[in-house]
Amino acid sequence: MSSSANTPIKPAAKTTGLHKGEIRPGVAKVDPIVTIDGVSRRFGGLLAVDVEHLEIPRGAITALIGPNGAGKTTLFNLLTGFDKPDTGSWSFSGKSLAGIPAFKVAQMGQVRTFQLTKALSLLTVLENMKLGAKDQRGEKLLYSLFPFLWKPKEAEIEAKAMELLKRFKLDAKKDDFAASLSGGQRKLLEMARALMTDPVLVMLDEPMAGVNPALTQSLLEHVLGLKTQGMTVLFVEHDMHMVRHIADWVVVMAEGKVVAEGPPDQVMKNTAVIDAYLGSHQDTDLGTITGRITLPKGKK
Amino acid sequence: MTPSRSQTGSKHWIQIGLLTTVLTLIFGGLFSTSALADEAGQDQPYKVVGNVKNEGLPLEGVRIVVSGGGYTEETVTDADGKWLIGVPEKAAYSVSLDQTTLPAGIAVIEEGGAEQSVEIGPSGSVTKNFFIGEGERIVVSITDQLIARIIYGLNFGLMLGLAAVGLSLVFGTTGLSNFAHAEMVTFGAVAAFFLGGILSMPIWIAIPVAVVISGLLGWGLDAGLWRPLRRRGLGLVQLMIVSIGLSLAGRYVFQFFVGGGTNQLPGFDSPKIKLFGATSLSVIDIASMVLSLVVIIGFAWWLMNTQTGKATRAISDNADLAAASGIDVDRVIRTVWIVAAGLAGLSGVLWAYFRPGIKWDMGAQILLLIFAAVTLGGLGTAFGALLGSLVVGVLVEVSSLVIPSDLKYVGALVVLIVILLVRPQGILGRKERIG
Amino acid sequence: MDWLAILNNTAQGILSPATMAFALAALGLAMHFGFAGLLNFGIAGFMAIGAYGYAISILTFGFEWWQGVMVSLVASVVFSLILGIPTLRLRGDYLAIVTIAAAEILRLLFLTTAFDDITGSADGLSGYHNSFRGANPFPEADYGFGPWTYNSVELWVLVIGLITLAICAGVLLLLMKSPWGRVIKGIREDEDAVRALGKNVFAYKMQALIIGGIFGSLGGIVYALPSSINPGVYVTSLTFFVWTALLLGGAATIFGPVLGAVIFWVLQAFLSNVLPQLVSSGVLPFITSIQASTIRFILVGVGLMLLVIYRPQGILGDKKELTFVK
Ligand SMILES: Nc1ncnc2c1ncn2[C@@H]1O[C@H](COP(=O)(O)OP(=O)(O)OP(=O)(O)O)[C@@H](O)[C@H]1O
Ligand SMILES: [Mg+2]
Repeated sequence: MSSSANTPIKPAAKTTGLHKGEIRPGVAKVDPIVTIDGVSRRFGGLLAVDVEHLEIPRGAITALIGPNGAGKTTLFNLLTGFDKPDTGSWSFSGKSLAGIPAFKVAQMGQVRTFQLTKALSLLTVLENMKLGAKDQRGEKLLYSLFPFLWKPKEAEIEAKAMELLKRFKLDAKKDDFAASLSGGQRKLLEMARALMTDPVLVMLDEPMAGVNPALTQSLLEHVLGLKTQGMTVLFVEHDMHMVRHIADWVVVMAEGKVVAEGPPDQVMKNTAVIDAYLGSHQDTDLGTITGRITLPKGKK
Repeated sequence: MTPSRSQTGSKHWIQIGLLTTVLTLIFGGLFSTSALADEAGQDQPYKVVGNVKNEGLPLEGVRIVVSGGGYTEETVTDADGKWLIGVPEKAAYSVSLDQTTLPAGIAVIEEGGAEQSVEIGPSGSVTKNFFIGEGERIVVSITDQLIARIIYGLNFGLMLGLAAVGLSLVFGTTGLSNFAHAEMVTFGAVAAFFLGGILSMPIWIAIPVAVVISGLLGWGLDAGLWRPLRRRGLGLVQLMIVSIGLSLAGRYVFQFFVGGGTNQLPGFDSPKIKLFGATSLSVIDIASMVLSLVVIIGFAWWLMNTQTGKATRAISDNADLAAASGIDVDRVIRTVWIVAAGLAGLSGVLWAYFRPGIKWDMGAQILLLIFAAVTLGGLGTAFGALLGSLVVGVLVEVSSLVIPSDLKYVGALVVLIVILLVRPQGILGRKERIG
Repeated sequence: MDWLAILNNTAQGILSPATMAFALAALGLAMHFGFAGLLNFGIAGFMAIGAYGYAISILTFGFEWWQGVMVSLVASVVFSLILGIPTLRLRGDYLAIVTIAAAEILRLLFLTTAFDDITGSADGLSGYHNSFRGANPFPEADYGFGPWTYNSVELWVLVIGLITLAICAGVLLLLMKSPWGRVIKGIREDEDAVRALGKNVFAYKMQALIIGGIFGSLGGIVYALPSSINPGVYVTSLTFFVWTALLLGGAATIFGPVLGAVIFWVLQAFLSNVLPQLVSSGVLPFITSIQASTIRFILVGVGLMLLVIYRPQGILGDKKELTFVK
């Protein structure tokens, strides 16, 4: 069924040497961009997130994986200021983020997307994009009343937006309401919009879910492209083939805890991971059970 | 009355200050009685008048308050001991004399004390002269007053609760913030008035029949309006505004039929029985409390134990899941509308006795208190709504000990805003998830 | 039936202070609801602030009329802040309930006898016109023609009302065409998404609340300019009437609220004239003329329902740009 099964996946250049010392959950990184210490979040009786120590390496692509309900989205919310942890401290580029509201976190260059896509339905695709732009004085109330103060910048922003839209193959749709886009196109739009903010760290919550397999390949390239442009990527994904293909580092969560981390090949072999994902079906291939892409067994 | 504008500026500054203080924080004891003329509300059609004398000598500067049906006006007696207060309706009012403004050593010495009820006669006015003589002023201790207020508040709260649980159920199952709930409250009272007052049914038959008719109204509204709109897929905000339109249309339909004035249900003036301390309740009050309690307990039993009750809670919890697990959502919602409308109708009848009187906008008068109760409890949780109602009821009554009685609803509304500040999901509600 | 008088009175509804007051308030709601998605059901409170702020500063403090206007605007900003700080973080329907409650609190404070010296309690306020009328540049004469004939005072009120309306509509137009407006519309669609892009959503919502509130209180002032202030006006029904006007014209448009206000008042004027006459001329039997004048309010309610069900985007709105999708 899937086209990507036929196209051989190009091996991506992996970034290595990210960690210091023996690989185990919570291992220190050479150059961490995000550091999490003792962060926990409880919903009623459920301890949704309980991370003792975690560092996300700078300039690399890190995948956050784990079964449904493992607490990945909750951790995203905590890191980006959309939710407050009950305990713990966490920092971004060395600055503590405790008590910093979500919009300031985003301004610092840590930008996220949402698992349930948030396209701004009644804005056009282009307006969606422009909304992501930084440093538009016209967004200030007093400046907004004097078009000559913000028109020049607006043209700049529009050019940048069009460039990104072209990359994401949405340029033909620029004047359509976002509401008219398909689910996959909205995912793309949300990602493109996040990139309008010139982020330092891009956090993607299941960027591939619902995206047409024909598009996954180009999306993967976009994500890899972010790394070449010097950004750090942290993404949540259930598709193990994608994880294996583009991630430089993988963090595995289960029941709120980090149960394993390491380079993709090593992590996939880790028994704790296989336990967390498969329970008793230990003989099944991880990629086939969790990924949308089913590769014929022999082809690996 | 034309307020005098010649006073010194400083007093105005103080009062402006007060106004802003009250906006943010209701605080008792700050209120000084402003100097008022001996006549108040002359542009109202009906009058309550009187003459305060002690052994034939007029008493000047005695404060008189007339209130009823949501209206309050006050004045002080002139040099001849005379006072006049205009009132908007031909209805029953309570007249009270502030004994702290009487000279020392004298007091109101008639049965019932310094607070008496009067009814406007055919002439459009009524005279109330207090019997004053030497005697110990019966000073009611603050605890007695507090207890009395709490009991009145519970009575009021139970009545609100009947309406609030219905509103909350509808919200829980359909997501609709139904502004027309106020008109379902009024409907019960109007129905009881038509049956008991105009068709002269005995009131103990008229009330149950009115409640049944109210339930039918709920059925009709769901079948004729809300279900088709749900089918059309209207958004929640749209539905809410439809309910506002319905509320406007409904209240003016009532006005069309019963007019702009107040009418009384039979037995509204049943005498008050002194219970203990400062607490006195009429038979109707007691019956009302017992009835609300019984109905609410019955309702709670229904919600917890019957098939439909459980289904209702399941839908409030997660409508999609409930539908997927084989619950007939439309049928349950139909039942919820019937129950909610019936409870609202009953609460309307009780509200008509509490005010007292039925009026075209009587439901709208307490709509915000009902919303406050539901919100306090956490939108969509029936027991939260009940708890919220009791809190609101007691708060309204108790707050009138420290703030002017025409501001007593303000306290409840301020608390509503403050609670939302601290706990946006209400007392018993849950937070929503992000992302 | 005196059709001439009916048509005459109806025609006056097109250009009256009440129409302009409604148009201003509806513009404020368009800012709040149509563009920013804030369910403000307290617009009557903003109008009351405008009217009372204006009259109280003149009567109690002896201010000039334009100083009174400034006081009103400042008061409405303060009210927006008091209202917004606790409520703008809340979900939409909570906001609706809290704003309606806040407007009621305000009305009760204006109505209570505790502040009678300042607010006139149930009697309201009057006699604050000297300063405004003293500034009237039009000499004593009759102006206009046909149903639109005004004396110099009425003309002065109308001119000021129209200028205010034009300025407010212009400001709103500029705002909504700017990047600021884009952020505001984004917030209406999904505030978390906008927050994730680094915009201070709370500040934007507060700005929108304040601007719409200023429009509303200007509406209140215009409403109070011709004669007097009656606390019975600023009830929740007023809020609902303004909402009706807004939705009639189109919530997410700029000229829609103005058009909606005009249609609302023209219809009100028409019905309030025609219904009693229908009764007295025997066309509507069995009802009294008081009942007949109640009918027009029933029709407002029914009209609001039909509008929201069948044409939620209003007359000028674009079907695709529905503001109600949730
Ligand atoms: N606001 C909330 N209130 C109550 N429970 C919550 C809330 N948010 C998350 N949870 C619970 O926390 C746990 C972790 O949820 P989370 O969304 O983080 O999982 P996830 O790892 O992102 O799962 P998935 O892969 O399915 O997206 C789940 O059991 C969820 O039910
Ligand atoms: Mg998730």
